[in-house]
Amino acid sequence: MSESIAEQVLDLAARALPGAEVDVTAHAVHRALTRFANSRIHQNVAEDTVSVRLRAHLDGRTVTTTTTLTGPEGLTSLVSRTAAAVRSAPRDPGWPGLAPAASLALPGTVDEATRDASPDDRAARVQAFIEAAGGLETAGYCQTGHWSGAYRNSAGQALAAQATTADLDGIARDAGADGVARRSSVRLSDLDGAALGTRAAGKARSQADPVELPPGRYEVVLEPEAVSDLLTNFALFGFNAKAAQERRSFAELGTAQFDEAISLYDDPREPFDGEGTPRTRLALVEKGVTTALAHDRRTAAAAGAASTGHSGSPAWGPILDNLGFAPGGDRIEEMISRVGRGLLITDLWYTRVLDPRTLALTGLTRNGVWLIENGEVTRPVHNMRFTQLYPQALAPGAVLGVGAEAVPQPSRVFLGAWTAPALHLASWNITGGAAG
Amino acid sequence: MSFFDVAEAAVAAALDAGARYADARVMHKRYESMEARNGEVEDLNSDESAGIGVRALVGSSWGFYAVPDLSDSAARLAGARATAIAKASARVAGPGVDLVPTTAATATWASECRIDPLAVPLSDKGDLLTHATKTMVEHGADQATGVYQIWDTRKWFVSSEGHRIDQHVRECGAGIQAIAIGEGETQVRSYPAARGQYGTRGWELVQGLDLLAHAPRLAEESRELLTAPLCPSGETALILGGEQLFLQIHESVGHAIELDRILGWEAAFAGTSWLDLSQLGSLRYGSELMNISIDPTLPGALGSFGYDDEGTPAAKRYAVKDGIWVGVLAGRDSAALAGLDYGGSVRADGWARLPMVRMTNVGLEPGPHTLEQIIAETYDGVFMENNRSWSIDDKRLNFQFGCEIAYEVKNGKRGRMLRNPTYTGIGPKFWQSMDMLSSEIEYWGTPNCGKGQPTQVGHTGHPSAPARFQNVRVGVRA
Repeated sequence: MSESIAEQVLDLAARALPGAEVDVTAHAVHRALTRFANSRIHQNVAEDTVSVRLRAHLDGRTVTTTTTLTGPEGLTSLVSRTAAAVRSAPRDPGWPGLAPAASLALPGTVDEATRDASPDDRAARVQAFIEAAGGLETAGYCQTGHWSGAYRNSAGQALAAQATTADLDGIARDAGADGVARRSSVRLSDLDGAALGTRAAGKARSQADPVELPPGRYEVVLEPEAVSDLLTNFALFGFNAKAAQERRSFAELGTAQFDEAISLYDDPREPFDGEGTPRTRLALVEKGVTTALAHDRRTAAAAGAASTGHSGSPAWGPILDNLGFAPGGDRIEEMISRVGRGLLITDLWYTRVLDPRTLALTGLTRNGVWLIENGEVTRPVHNMRFTQLYPQALAPGAVLGVGAEAVPQPSRVFLGAWTAPALHLASWNITGGAAG
Repeated sequence: MSFFDVAEAAVAAALDAGARYADARVMHKRYESMEARNGEVEDLNSDESAGIGVRALVGSSWGFYAVPDLSDSAARLAGARATAIAKASARVAGPGVDLVPTTAATATWASECRIDPLAVPLSDKGDLLTHATKTMVEHGADQATGVYQIWDTRKWFVSSEGHRIDQHVRECGAGIQAIAIGEGETQVRSYPAARGQYGTRGWELVQGLDLLAHAPRLAEESRELLTAPLCPSGETALILGGEQLFLQIHESVGHAIELDRILGWEAAFAGTSWLDLSQLGSLRYGSELMNISIDPTLPGALGSFGYDDEGTPAAKRYAVKDGIWVGVLAGRDSAALAGLDYGGSVRADGWARLPMVRMTNVGLEPGPHTLEQIIAETYDGVFMENNRSWSIDDKRLNFQFGCEIAYEVKNGKRGRMLRNPTYTGIGPKFWQSMDMLSSEIEYWGTPNCGKGQPTQVGHTGHPSAPARFQNVRVGVRA
C-alpha cells in the first residue's frame, strides 16, 4: 500500500509542480500497546495509520506537507496545498538536493508472528510478567508493531521496506520500592514475560530498609536500563552533526574522547531515512576515538561528507534511533566484585541537559540503587539526584568495565531501541538525596 | 454522511459487539510550523490529519482502536475492534469500572480567534522570524532561532450516553532564542519563554509578543552571560520570574495532582505522586499565599476548551486553596474509583490516541505583591528568570531546575548578572516557603507536555506570576 501511495503522490506532484524537485514518503503503521498497572490491564490500544509526507523544492523554496487522508481527494488536496505553499514560502538557501538512486544496504526484519500479534498475544506476556512477580503489584506495557514504508523522488530514487518491533517493559513494587525489567526485539517471541517479571520482582524485594547516602562522587556499576539513558542523550545531543557544526556538541572527530573500552555504533531497524538515503551500521566511536557523526543531506553537504541516512527535521538535525555500546567481556557480578565502595544503579530517570556543549545532565536514580562494599552488594539506598557530564563519565581512564551482554532496551521512538551493556565507571557525581 | 454520523456508527458497532459503554471522536487537525535560524528559514511544515478513535468498555476493561478512515464501514470496524480489544483486556481484569455522571450534552464550542493564523501569508510569518533571528546575530548571537506553531483542531464527540459535541480549537504561539557559544559552554536567552508562548488565540497573540523589539536584548544578554560570575552555591532567598514559576507549577503541582498518577496508573513510566487521597482536603501543600486553580474556562489560555474528551463541560475548581490540597485532575473512571464526583480533565492529543488525564489550565491565583516590591523587600537573594532545564522525580517531589539567567539581589536592589543558575528542593517544603507572591499574573502555555504510552504531547496552560521562596538551595552543578 505504501508504495502505491508514494507513486500516486509523485505522479500528482510532477503534474502540479513541473520543474520542482519532489520526494514522497509513505508510512503504514500498525501499532498495538497493552498497558498494565496495579496488576491489571487498564489501557489497551491499537491503531492502523497511514501517513504521507510530500516535500517540494521549487525556485529556491522548500515546503514539507503531510496528511493521513490517503483517498484520491486527500492526496490531491495534499499536492494542491504543497503547490500553493511552496510558491509563497521563504527562500531555502541550504537545500541539499534529492538523494540519488541507490539500493538498500540493510533489509528490514519482519517477523510475521509479531506483525500479526493479537491483543491476546500481548495479554499473555503481561499475564506471565504479573504472575512471575509473585503477588507484588506490577505495572508496564507490552507493545507490538509493524511498519511498511516507501520512498520515491523525482531524481529516480525508489525504496520500500518493512520492519517489526516488540517491547516488554515492567516494574514490580514492594512496599514502595520498584524493580524493573525491559527488553526490546524485532520478535515478540524473544520477550519472556515470566523472566522479566521475575527479574523485576527480585529487584523490588531486595530494597527493604534503604539507607540515605551523602552527596559526592561514587564509583558505579550502571545496569543496562541506566545505560540506555546515556545512549539516549548521546544520540540526541552528542553525535548530531548539526549540533557539532554549530558548536553545540562535545563531539570532535578523530579525538580520543572516550575510554578505549568504549565503542559506539548505530544499527538501524528502519532501512532508509526520510530523505531516501539507505542506512547501514555506523561506527561513531571506535576504541574510544570519535570516528563519525550522524548526517542528513544538509549537514553532509555542509561538511563535504555523505549522508549517513539519519535525517530528522531540518531544524533539529540528524537523529539516531538505534545506538548501542559494543559489549565488553565482564559479567556484572565481576564488575561488582571489583568495587571497593560504590553504587549499583539499575535505572536513571528524568535526565535533562544543563548545557548541550558539555553534555551536563541532571536526573535521578530510579528502580533500585544499592551500596557496594568490598565487592559485595550490601544494602539498598534511597534514590539520589546526580549532576554529571556524560562524556566525562566515559572519558579515557574512567571506564573500568563493559558488560559482556548488550541488552536491547525499548526506546520511546517507534522502531527505536538502545543496545546497552552494563558499565562500570570510576566516578558519578551524586549531588543530593531524593529527600532533598 | 456527517462526522457525527461517522462517530455514531462507530459507537453503535462497539455496543453491538458487546460494549456496555462506548464513545468516539472524529478529529480533523491542521498544523503549521516554521523555524528560522540566523536569518534564514530552516523548516516549514504544513500537516493535515483526520481519523476516528473509539473507546469501548466491556465489563471492567477498556479497549481503544483508531483508524484514519472516515467511511461508515471503517467506523463500524473500528467500533467492533475497540470492543474486541477490551475483551482481550479481561484476561488480566481488575475491579469494576464506573463512570461519574455527566450531562449528555448536545453542544458546539469554539475558542476565540481574531486573526486566523493559517490565513496569515507565509511570507509575512517568514519575514518575522528571519528578521528577528538576523537581528539577534547582528547583536552578537552565535546562533539565533525563531519558531512559530499553529494548530487548528475540529472534533466531533459522540457517546453511547447521548453526547453529541463539536468543538473548534485554534492555538498558536511563537518564540525566539539567542545562543552564545564560549569555551566549553553555551549561554542562552529566550523570549518570551524558553519554548515560546502559546494560547488558544489567533495570530494576534504572536503580534502582541513583538518579537523584534526583544531580539537585540536577548543577543546581548547571551554574550554577557558568557563572562558573568557563576551563580553562588548555598541556601538563599529565591525570587522566580513568572515564566520559570509556571514550569515549577506544571512539574511539582500539575503532574502531582493527576488522579491517574495518584492511583498508580502511570507507575511504570511517568510515575506516581507523593499525594495520598486520604489527605485530600487536609494536607498542607504550600503557604497560605498558595491558591492553585484548575480552570479550562480561561479565555485564551492554552489549556482551555468547552468540553473535555469525555464530554464533561469545562468548569473551574481549586487544586490548592489557602495552601491546602483540595482538588485533583480527574477523568470519569478515575474519579469514580477514587470516590470523587467530578472528571473534566481528560484529553487526547489526536484521534489515534486514548484520552487520558491531562492538565488543563493549572495555575496560581494572584498574590498581594508586585515584583518591584518583592525585590525591594529582599535583603539577600537571587532572582532567576526563564527556564533552561527541568528534572523531577517519579513522585513529583524532588526537583532541580536550571534557568537561563539570574541576578544577585542585595539590600532590596537587583545587582549583577549571574550565569548557570540552578535551584533544587522538595515540592511541599518549597511551596510552604513562598512568602511573597505578585499579582502580575500571565497565562503561560506549554505545548510539549509528554505523558502516556504511546507518548502523547499535551497542551497546558499555567497562570503564573513572580514569587519569593525562602531557604532554597541554589547553584548545584556538575
